[in-house]
Amino acid sequence: MSAATETLVDFDEALETYDPVLGFEVHVELNTKTKMFSSAPNAFGDEPNTNVNEVDLGLPGVLPVVNKAGVEYAIMIGLALNCKIAETCGFARKNYFYPDTPKNFQTSQYDDPIAYDGYIDIELEDGEVFRVEIERAHMEEDAGKLTHMGGAAGRIQGADFSLVDYNRAGVPLVEIVTKPVVGAGKRAPELAKAYVAAIREIVKNLGVSDARMERGNVRCDANVSLMPKGADKFGTRTETKNVNSLRAVDHAVRFEISRQAGVLNAGDTVTQETRHWHEDTRTTTSGRPKSDADDYRYFPEPDLVPIVTSAAWIEELRSRLPEPPAERRKRLQAEWGYADAEFRDVVNAGLMDAIEETIAAGASAAVARKWWMGEISRLAKNADVEPTELGATPATIIELNSLIEAKKINDKIARQVLEFVIAGEGTPTEIVEARGLAVVNDDSALGAAIDDAMAQMPGVVEKIKGGKLQAVGALIGPVMKATRGQADAGRVRELVLEKLGIEG
Amino acid sequence: MSEIIKLSAAALAEKLRAGEVTSVEAVQAHLDRIAAVDGGERGVHAFLHVNAEEALAVAAEVDAIRAAGGAEAEALHPMAGVPIAVKDLIVTVGQPTTAASKMLEGWMSPYDATVIEKVRAAKLPMLGKTNLDEFAMGSSTEHSAYGNTRNPWDLDRIPGGSGGGSAAAVAAFEAPLALGTDTGGSIRQPGAVTGTVGVKPTYGSVSRYGAIAMASSLDQIGPVTRTVLDSAILHELIGGHDERDSTSLTDPVPSLVEAAKLGATGDLTGVRVGVIKELTGEGYEAGVQARFDESLALLAEAGAEIVEVHCPNFKYALGAYYLIMPSEVSSNLAKFDGVRYGQRVLPEEGPLTIERVMGSTRAAGFGDEVKRRIILGTYALSAGYYDAYYGSAQKVRTLVQRDFAAAFEQADVLVSPTSPNVAFEFGSKSDDPLAMYLNDVATIPANLAGVPGISVPGGLSEGLPVGIQFLAPAREDARVYRAGAALEKLLEDKWGGALIDQAPELAAAIEEGAAR
Amino acid sequence: MSAISREDVVHLARLAHIEMNDAELDKMTGELAVIVDSIAAVSEAAGDDVPATSHPIPLTNVLREDVVGKTLTPEQALANAPDADENRFKVPAILDGE
Repeated sequence: MSAATETLVDFDEALETYDPVLGFEVHVELNTKTKMFSSAPNAFGDEPNTNVNEVDLGLPGVLPVVNKAGVEYAIMIGLALNCKIAETCGFARKNYFYPDTPKNFQTSQYDDPIAYDGYIDIELEDGEVFRVEIERAHMEEDAGKLTHMGGAAGRIQGADFSLVDYNRAGVPLVEIVTKPVVGAGKRAPELAKAYVAAIREIVKNLGVSDARMERGNVRCDANVSLMPKGADKFGTRTETKNVNSLRAVDHAVRFEISRQAGVLNAGDTVTQETRHWHEDTRTTTSGRPKSDADDYRYFPEPDLVPIVTSAAWIEELRSRLPEPPAERRKRLQAEWGYADAEFRDVVNAGLMDAIEETIAAGASAAVARKWWMGEISRLAKNADVEPTELGATPATIIELNSLIEAKKINDKIARQVLEFVIAGEGTPTEIVEARGLAVVNDDSALGAAIDDAMAQMPGVVEKIKGGKLQAVGALIGPVMKATRGQADAGRVRELVLEKLGIEG
Repeated sequence: MSEIIKLSAAALAEKLRAGEVTSVEAVQAHLDRIAAVDGGERGVHAFLHVNAEEALAVAAEVDAIRAAGGAEAEALHPMAGVPIAVKDLIVTVGQPTTAASKMLEGWMSPYDATVIEKVRAAKLPMLGKTNLDEFAMGSSTEHSAYGNTRNPWDLDRIPGGSGGGSAAAVAAFEAPLALGTDTGGSIRQPGAVTGTVGVKPTYGSVSRYGAIAMASSLDQIGPVTRTVLDSAILHELIGGHDERDSTSLTDPVPSLVEAAKLGATGDLTGVRVGVIKELTGEGYEAGVQARFDESLALLAEAGAEIVEVHCPNFKYALGAYYLIMPSEVSSNLAKFDGVRYGQRVLPEEGPLTIERVMGSTRAAGFGDEVKRRIILGTYALSAGYYDAYYGSAQKVRTLVQRDFAAAFEQADVLVSPTSPNVAFEFGSKSDDPLAMYLNDVATIPANLAGVPGISVPGGLSEGLPVGIQFLAPAREDARVYRAGAALEKLLEDKWGGALIDQAPELAAAIEEGAAR
Repeated sequence: MSAISREDVVHLARLAHIEMNDAELDKMTGELAVIVDSIAAVSEAAGDDVPATSHPIPLTNVLREDVVGKTLTPEQALANAPDADENRFKVPAILDGE
């Protein structure tokens, strides 16, 4: 059945009749130095087939050896997800033919995952907390990369041939599988997105993955089924593969709820199948019906021996775990004294770490926020890069701020100096020096400019003399102009009042 | 026939060290022998590839080092310059590796197997790659895609399998040493039927890295030679821990040469030898049984205490083997799909998809026995049958290990005929896979349990060699060398020389057959 | 346990990616039936209390340090490829393109 012939039911309407049940399989690529079973480099973006050795190509005679870091990262993920860690577990072969799978089997774990029975609490935007139970987290290896040539723009359908790059083959993966998530109701799409975001944040915080979804470091398969309200038996589920952005997770779940409601309302049954997500149309379409693929003939990997985890090893790994992201956020907001909205903006801008570092380097919470959320973010947006990639560092901010506090420069000039820092001209102090940007604090030079301004604007002078002190502001503009902006506005005001013999 | 090729590897090494013979002479003598007896319609056809140029170059290098003397000569491995043949299941840089399959015709490995690295480090010139049943699946070498290897004792008979090429090369004096692989008897059974010595080491004691996997939990590389001492020497050379093989043992290599020398005294006082009741009697040819019984009598005379042991679960071993092995085969051989290396065969008709190209490549590239085992293994692992087949077979493995453990309570080594029969004629079993499988009934239990085993010549039955097998507990490989060397000594004293000396003169046999 | 049927063999050949014609399927079905019968006793040999042994010698925790080793050059990697393009392995279309 194609998407076009399906009747979609309005999302809200669908949820008046049905309760959605979700499930997620999230694949996390680990950022170990080498692959899971070979010593070839685990690196992204290199020339094709350069990060391969005989093991990665599945050449005759080769044998795998387990990467200790891969196991430790998997255990750390398990611990961060509040899982039990298996006392003993092993690897299994999942047999299926596909040209991106060099051995035509994937080395994975089957009935004894390294981590199982965990949970994470997902906080939605309004503060409501959902507990998502984790069924298991297991280790496996990634496949190579297929590029489909000819036919329509890189699509598998209609391609004339495909090219295979095995650089990614064997990269360590941890697959995190949830138990069915029941009771999210209308918040299912939001929860789905928040869950994937939470996993991404956890693995990034652990330092075990680069966690960049656009690079495929975190990939989500989303299971959705519907059951009539009040029912206690789950409906038939579909698995939407490779939903690879947070927004897409939200949309894919939303679409499947609408689509399945349409199928059920029409009196039909939902087909248990794999579905493909299409970002362009924000729809899913049916994958090929499962034929061979459902019989993977798992059996224990004879070339690898079991892993036994001692309590000491697990405790050592537990001691390496950083503070969980949710707890860290609560703590930082309290420490910094940001309002909820302010803090949320910081988190959404991805600047929590940068601000934390800046504060640690000696800036006040307000100054750190002002710079990162203000001028740096604005310049980054113009340059179309992340604020942290712009070239401004906590040291830049500290230095700019101390120049302002010492009245060497004013805010406006500080913003100019920042631009020069980003352009690579040096530190703020060097730039102020080299470009002669220091505020004109020389009272005689300022005095001349003020005299000129007062001479040109006698009306303003009269107003000030008449007690309307705010009229001083009208004189500041011309003075600034005369000094090319390098005057300290406060000092100008003081001097004007002084010249007129008025107590400020 | 040159006297050089009749020397044992140990004796040849001694002459090389003494400067009585050069390595180039030794290699050339074997190349000449290969040229004389291996080719042609009636030739032994032990070799799939002869590596003359490289072998001579390595030999010349060894000779030069020895001639120069000094520290480098001192540092040479004692066996440096002694030529060796390599089963074509073991990958080698610079020589094709085919596994005797059309699938890998002309394939050049970009890396060396660990055992080959060790052979190179010790500077043993490699004479070439020897024939085998395709991907080591068979007991007769009739399943090679490149033709049969003939048994030097009778050119109309099989040399055993899968390592028929290595055994025949050694038996025909084409090489003093060879490497084999043993998954269910592929070193020991060819040894038995060619009158040579073959050893399956303890699982994990020799690295499997670079041996094209047949059944990963059963495969083991081992030595193929004409004397027990030579096997011990080669075993020590190739053994030891390898971090590229996760199943490799970290134990130090035991002193096997010492054990073989101890055995060669012919004294077995205090050694308990257990006769496995289940591996004698019915199903074993009368001539085989007779030679076996005579060997037992000699062992007893030499001071061994002969005890009878029972291994009641061995009757399930063959069945378990024919579930575990094909299951692993079906997965291990999935990589041969025409995508990354090897042959690619396009379908003759219909759509040209990768799935169909894989299907036609595998249809054309694999022989019948390989296909049979892949399909059988696919069946044994498939949903709904796993518990009954693969799962049950792994339990039988436990039972076989328990039988061994109990038997080794009563005996230091166990003994049985290596093969129930002597070499059979070509074609006599090739239409009956099951009859072929029964050749391995006595060798398979050792693979299931991971324990070491040796086959030594036990005499002749109707002019054809009979093999005697000794088995020891895992990591106790030294015991099979001691027992094997003792029996070798006792029998040779009785015969007045090595069994291989009774083999028919090969060149004449080849000519005679060709003239017929 | 039921004996192996021709449909089983058709399915297994597809799983194993080995194309077989009718004659081959018939022959294979007959041979496998004999083999499967002869090994069927294995399923009754061991009780539920017997653990499975997947590795003949028990070892655990054979782990490699996360240190980069040597790689093949793309030329070495592709040297044996039946077909290649742009330093990648070239394969026919995955799906039947009508």
